[in-house]
Amino acid sequence: MSIHVTHRESWLALVWTHLQKDLRIEWRSWQAVTSMLFYALLVVVLFSIAFDPTLEVSRQIAGGVLCVATMFASVSLLNQAWARETRHQVIDALRMTPADGAALFFAKVLTNFFFVCIVQVVLGPVFFIFYNLHPLGDTWLLAIVIPLGTWALVANGTFFAAMSLRCKSRDLLLPLILFPIFLPALLAMVLSVKTILTGDGSDPHLLWIKMLAGYDIIFMTVSLLLFDTVLQAE
Amino acid sequence: MKKLLVSVSVLVTVALMIWGYYQAMYAAPMEATMGDVQRIFYYHVPNAMLAFLFFAISFLASLVYLATRRSNAPVAQAADAWALAGAEVGVIFCTVVLTTGPLWGRPVWGIWWTWDARLTTTLVLWLIYVSYLLLRKFAAGPQMQTLAAVLAVFGALDVPIVYMANRWWRTQHPAPVFGGGDDSGIKDPHMLAAFGWNVLSWAVWGLLILVFRVYVERRQQKIENARAAAALAAE
Repeated sequence: MSIHVTHRESWLALVWTHLQKDLRIEWRSWQAVTSMLFYALLVVVLFSIAFDPTLEVSRQIAGGVLCVATMFASVSLLNQAWARETRHQVIDALRMTPADGAALFFAKVLTNFFFVCIVQVVLGPVFFIFYNLHPLGDTWLLAIVIPLGTWALVANGTFFAAMSLRCKSRDLLLPLILFPIFLPALLAMVLSVKTILTGDGSDPHLLWIKMLAGYDIIFMTVSLLLFDTVLQAE
Repeated sequence: MKKLLVSVSVLVTVALMIWGYYQAMYAAPMEATMGDVQRIFYYHVPNAMLAFLFFAISFLASLVYLATRRSNAPVAQAADAWALAGAEVGVIFCTVVLTTGPLWGRPVWGIWWTWDARLTTTLVLWLIYVSYLLLRKFAAGPQMQTLAAVLAVFGALDVPIVYMANRWWRTQHPAPVFGGGDDSGIKDPHMLAAFGWNVLSWAVWGLLILVFRVYVERRQQKIENARAAAALAAE
């Protein structure tokens, strides 16, 4: 059983310690981010070649392509995030510490979110060039939609990657359990991006963005509550 | 005594299924606009209702498992067996729904499939529970039960979100037959009877399979426990 750290500062300090460690590991290798970036780039190029979209079609499908490219690419990152901890039984050591597992989870989500954001910042301009995009709606809304959707993907993905950590063929299992749960967020993300790019005004009350935010809050809360159960499952 | 009980319940179930088939295919009158193809309704709707029932059983059993796994192991083990059985039988019923739906949709709507509220929700529900069963296959040892129960909680949270999402999006599925509005409900008593008999017969069939499955799973747990105890004793 974990002993919950009652002091608020110490919980944040714990998160900060985990976060620093993960960032430092990535800073020294750049393995996860570069492989993910290249993978996402390949997906974008493949879709562009496979469909050879015209200008109007681009606007319609670009949101979906961007989301799906991020989704596929994140899987490799998410698997690596926990696989690192299995080397030298670090994960077992973490399980034995009295610290709250939720802090570990939260730090992992923050790190992964940061990495996926880097990839999106690099990928975004490339994407606009390849698809010749001229957004017709409120482009600034993308700055809300994309992080919200990414958060949904990363928070759930980090949780499920931890779940599949000690399973057989875990690399295969993660997308199998993550994608069905992620579907509503994907739907909301794709439709709001499409509305922004085409400017068709089909979502005047920003229902999809609200739904995405609700999804993030619900699943983040449940993940934080249940993470210790998953970490300590035996 | 147990054998007799099992035989009688199997016989009753088969008799009910035959009676339900007769009601749906011969006793119920032909529907005015859709014709004979409407008879799929007598299978489609009861199966959908029961699929939700079995998934609900699975979800509740998963909650019981999570609550009792440390404090009351026998209850937790029983709950896990119910969670697994509920998910498996639910997937079967859901598969029937997803098969009969397009069969009806093709002649009536002119399309096999559309991304509409209920269709998408049902498909996502099916996907989630298939992934639940896959997780149970992939994960090894006792931790598997905990992980599966956690996934069941996530799945149960997901379904209402998908449903709401699709209601905002678009809908083509017929409005609910019961409780949908003033015009809803089946007016013809023969149709209502055929529908009622099919709900009953499929419910009895599903519950019978569910109980069998729980029984088999409990046996399996006993075998595994005995093996673990033997391995400990040998050391």
